[in-house]
Amino acid sequence: MKILNSWLNEFGPFGTNIEKISNAMTSLGLAVEGVETIGQSVKGVVVARVLRTERHPDAAKVHRVFVDSGDGTELHVWCGAFNMKAGDLVPLATLGTTMPDGRVITARGILGIESHGMLCSGTELGLTADSEGILILPKGLKLGVDVFAALKIKPDALFDLDVTRNRPDCNGYLGVARDLGAHFGIQIAAPAGDGAKRGAKKSMKVTILDKKKCSRYNATVISGVEVKSSPDWIARRLTNCGMRPINNVVDASNLVMLELNQPTHAFDAATVNGGFRIRCARRGETLTTLDGQEREFETTDLLICDGKDQAVAIAGVMGGAATEINPSTTVVALETAWFESAGVARTAARLGLRSEASMRFERGVDPHGIDHAVSRFAKILRESCPNLVVHSGAADVKEKHLPPKQRVVNLRLSQVNRILGTSLSAKAVASLLGKIGFVAKSAQSAKHPVLKIAVPSWRPDCESEIDLVEEVARHFGYEKLGKLVPQSTMHGRLSVLQLRRRELRDLICSLGLSEAMPNPFLAPGDLTRAGVTESNAIRLANPLVFEESVLRTSLRPGLLKAIKYNLSHRAEDIALFEIGHVYPSGEQNPTRELPDEYESVCLVAVGESSRAALDWWSQISAVMNFGAQLDQSSVEPGFHPARSATLRRGRQVLGFVGELDPRVLAKNEINSTVACLELDLSALLAETPRVANAKPVSRFPRSDFDLAFVVPNSQSAAAVTKALRQGGGTELVGLELFDVYRGAGVSDDSRSLTFRLSLQAVDRTLTDAEVSATRQRCLDAAAKLGARLRE
Amino acid sequence: MSEISPVDEMRRAIDTARESALAKIKAARDSGELRDLGIELNKKDSRLVALKSEMGKLSSTDEKRAVGQHLNSATNEINSALALRNTEFADQELSKRVEGERLDLSELLTTRRRGHSHIVTQATQRLEDVFVGLGFQVAEGPEVETDFYNFEALNMPKSHPARSEFDTMFLEFGEPGSTLLRTHTSPVQIRVMKTWKPPIYAIMPGRVFRRDTPDATHMPVFHQIEGLVVDRGITFAHLAGTIEAFTKAFFGNEFTSRLRPSYFPFTEPSAEFDIRTPEGDWIELGGCGMVHPNVLKSGGIDPEEFSGFAFGFGIDRMAKERHKVDDIREMYTNDLRFLRQF
Repeated sequence: MKILNSWLNEFGPFGTNIEKISNAMTSLGLAVEGVETIGQSVKGVVVARVLRTERHPDAAKVHRVFVDSGDGTELHVWCGAFNMKAGDLVPLATLGTTMPDGRVITARGILGIESHGMLCSGTELGLTADSEGILILPKGLKLGVDVFAALKIKPDALFDLDVTRNRPDCNGYLGVARDLGAHFGIQIAAPAGDGAKRGAKKSMKVTILDKKKCSRYNATVISGVEVKSSPDWIARRLTNCGMRPINNVVDASNLVMLELNQPTHAFDAATVNGGFRIRCARRGETLTTLDGQEREFETTDLLICDGKDQAVAIAGVMGGAATEINPSTTVVALETAWFESAGVARTAARLGLRSEASMRFERGVDPHGIDHAVSRFAKILRESCPNLVVHSGAADVKEKHLPPKQRVVNLRLSQVNRILGTSLSAKAVASLLGKIGFVAKSAQSAKHPVLKIAVPSWRPDCESEIDLVEEVARHFGYEKLGKLVPQSTMHGRLSVLQLRRRELRDLICSLGLSEAMPNPFLAPGDLTRAGVTESNAIRLANPLVFEESVLRTSLRPGLLKAIKYNLSHRAEDIALFEIGHVYPSGEQNPTRELPDEYESVCLVAVGESSRAALDWWSQISAVMNFGAQLDQSSVEPGFHPARSATLRRGRQVLGFVGELDPRVLAKNEINSTVACLELDLSALLAETPRVANAKPVSRFPRSDFDLAFVVPNSQSAAAVTKALRQGGGTELVGLELFDVYRGAGVSDDSRSLTFRLSLQAVDRTLTDAEVSATRQRCLDAAAKLGARLRE
Repeated sequence: MSEISPVDEMRRAIDTARESALAKIKAARDSGELRDLGIELNKKDSRLVALKSEMGKLSSTDEKRAVGQHLNSATNEINSALALRNTEFADQELSKRVEGERLDLSELLTTRRRGHSHIVTQATQRLEDVFVGLGFQVAEGPEVETDFYNFEALNMPKSHPARSEFDTMFLEFGEPGSTLLRTHTSPVQIRVMKTWKPPIYAIMPGRVFRRDTPDATHMPVFHQIEGLVVDRGITFAHLAGTIEAFTKAFFGNEFTSRLRPSYFPFTEPSAEFDIRTPEGDWIELGGCGMVHPNVLKSGGIDPEEFSGFAFGFGIDRMAKERHKVDDIREMYTNDLRFLRQF
């Protein structure tokens, strides 16, 4: 909402201290997005008369304009606009003028011909928003005088307010003035209505069929209308407030809307056939609106129809083209109505047609401000139509759903003070609310006072006690409510999971990988291209773009894209990771509220092999104190089938380690190996480290010996390790695979694995016999897997 | 010239032999020579050993004792000299060997690339740390949410007009319109109220989603942090005080904050909070307010017994401004040249 300070001052003497007014607006919750100074005189811009215009054969886009700025000499100016003719008065920026945008006017011309100044558009002078062409000034101004002085324009301030949804009243000057008046203790007054006597009885019949969507409809007949341009002051106000002047009738309607937050609609009465019927549309019914577009309706849209049931307007949104005000209009049927906000909102949203009127009906208008709006409209229009007659007998249909003039809401004093931390008296609260027209009816019982607050109809947002608490706070002043730090009895901390997540992230960074944050939205096919099944993925019902319409079920596709991006920028050592949520749908059934969302981590490095991935895993496993078995018998799709493993703990799958499938890489145009480790963090981070109980440390000597086996390739090293561990029993205190050998002396389908074993008992020195017995058990266990001792 | 006594004669011979031995020890060039010298000096045919056997020629016991003492002292002196010289050689040789082990360590120094956490993560952690210091705990919730948690429980029933301002992304899961990507971290408030018991002092950082076309300052996927306090006797002053304490802890002591009235469906009274830089500029930071009684009820908390406040703001902007990133989209290209700067 744009508020022009001079206009605001017509509602009350707020003065011209712009900073003070702006601060007051801010502290009342009327967020000031910006303050613009307009109508600031531009020194050096004077009134000049066009003498003649002339084309130059070598200049296509500009022409030569000869003007007189009052001293009788002919000045030559190059000009890019062609909207002036001889005799027009135009603003001339004389040589040396500094324009509002900082340009200084010099004589520099083109084609060797100098320019003795510049003709200005309204925008260049900060006068209008319309930049088409040079501003043509009204006739009769004296040549050579300052344009601003000639137009009697004084500097003014334009506040740009961001009006919140709970303040519909502030979509009109009156609401803003009311709040400011209360703040400054200034008496305000609504703008005057039409004092003239009503004319002969003349009415149009109004029938409301949908009484809930339309609870009041006033149709006033006004004759003696002459359609023409509005007086300057009206056009300028509308322009300043971001509305385009149309004609005196439409402009009067818009001006009233800005002042009182009451939209009205003026029909050419001659085109409306026999009254108004307000009803919901029939499916498929159409109407061509003022903007020339044909609109099709649903049964939830409310229409204004004429007596013949022909649609003439979309209620609260926009009028029809066939009944609009036109140059031959002499009688106006003025609609001033109250439409239910949700209905207007739905229709405007569905049609993508948000008008100034629909915005106001959506937020809420005062159902009891209608009479004054009609009167004010007449007062404004009368200025350009001296023969205006407002006919008596206007139809004004009110339905029972119409909100009352006042609504009583109980306000406990205790609640005000409990929420705000104040110790206000009932009288103080009543006084704060009274200033904005909320009347405190009575304060019951001195001990627990309850104020009965009559909320005026222009504040439909104030429905409950807490709404009134906010009003008290606003007018008391937020800054006066103090600043206290609550005495928390809680111990601030991160949870074990959060600490472990940080530990994990730090570790991965120390491994040389950097954290990426790829888009969690994928294109259809991205998952398939990463080798991941897409059937479990959830689609967005209303994606921004098709390429971002699938929710990820794995972090891999996003990281593949990041790899591809970095490869295309010739990055080296591409090593990335992400910690983020994935959202597989899981089983969809009516009892499940949400999909199987969980947190995952994925590490990738280009040009690295499964060795790197296993190194990551072993470090993570060690630091996070979290073990798992490698299972190469089942490999996750998307991973290299022969160079990857599943990480398992019992039945639980913790993740996958290895390299990405070369076929996946090819599909993603990655021409190198990629090491990859993907882990489900829900288990890894949730693991609470156990408190270990101390065990006695052996004081007896340890026996170490090595065993070198020839093991067929079909048996994993992990399996041999497991067998040795079982064979060794409790006295096996150390077991390490320290050499793997392939080559001469070992057949092609096998390799040599050398283990170092350490035996030790807690309570005695092991005898040679005991050591050799244990060694034999280890050999036997390994032999069952086909591992023979290497000669 | 008077005749020299046999005792004096032997003494003189011992002295000569001692001087000769000490001179040889001094002249030894390495531990090998010294070792050979030691052996030589203890041989039977060495001068001192010979002198010892000549003691028999002396007549009196007194004479023998006198010469014997002189001989012992000479032998001890020689042995000490041998030992000392031996230690010197050992030290020298060790030093030489150690010096021989010299390495150019700069040849061995390899630069290991450390990975970098994302600047949004860094900002989140800094915020978490400040609030943990103020007595808050950190709560988390799902990113896919139900309509109930994202809207209805937050005082935005189905027909609430403010819903349209959230540009919600809905999912094809369950009933149409029932499942969505959370548009703010506020649904976690409800989850916290339902599972924790007051007193609640919680912050809720996380990823949120809006159907917004990306531009220099907006992303459809971004991050917010939300705070919630529910306790007995919590007032608007506590909200303002907490915002002020946070402002000073996070931005610095020379920053201050202010609250100004605003509107959110889930808080009332509602406010925007701004911070004032030491240069005197006001910067809009986020929204806050007293938790609306309807929201407390949704969380299973009696609004007559408890009151609370909530606040929230964007994290991405914090990271963007801290590191002077021009365009927020830059933070999400995953370009390593960008990521490795921080």
